[in-house]
Amino acid sequence: MTLVNESVQRKNLGKKYCRFKKLGIKYVDYKNTDFLMRFLNEQGKILPRRLTGNSLKYQKKLATAVKRARQLALLPYVADNLK
Amino acid sequence: MLFSVELRNYETMFVLTPVLSEEQLQETIDKFRGFLQGKKADILHEDKIGLKKLAYPIQRKSTGVYHRFEFKAPPDVISALETEYRREEKIIRFLTFALEKHGVEYNEKKRSGVWDKKNEPKKKEAA
Repeated sequence: MTLVNESVQRKNLGKKYCRFKKLGIKYVDYKNTDFLMRFLNEQGKILPRRLTGNSLKYQKKLATAVKRARQLALLPYVADNLK
Repeated sequence: MLFSVELRNYETMFVLTPVLSEEQLQETIDKFRGFLQGKKADILHEDKIGLKKLAYPIQRKSTGVYHRFEFKAPPDVISALETEYRREEKIIRFLTFALEKHGVEYNEKKRSGVWDKKNEPKKKEAA
């Protein structure tokens, strides 16, 4: 694959560790919106694992927490200037 | 099915319309607390979060009064609780879910204020 169409890595290349394992977080609290915001892009969509580097188990916990927060209007479903 | 009253941990949170007066608000919250206690659920913790801005308008309102209960109850209480929520028009949004062991542990830690140091940005497990 030529270099020209290499996908632009949004986060810096160093983001290879799972943040939840490193910090030993076992439960993702849906009420802690500023922590959840780190895993959402500007439109309020959940960032994929390949960008955040999360492991599957914690990405799923994160997804359920974000969906619960959205249900209770703590997080928007669609936003244009979230950050 | 052997009927064993096995208490499970639940957390429920609901949003009330902001146009309520103080005592109407308090009366609705007491109604639900009484409902839970009536169903032999022991309420572990009650969190009065109060008025907050909603991320998106619900029923053309942009703020809501949040309230949260953590309780242990037999599983059949939940469907009754949810019909009670639906019947109450002051409640514009509600969410009830079961807490697994990490969730219960997390809530206990939060209640005991292990992380209440001022500069604690992330939810870090103390252990």
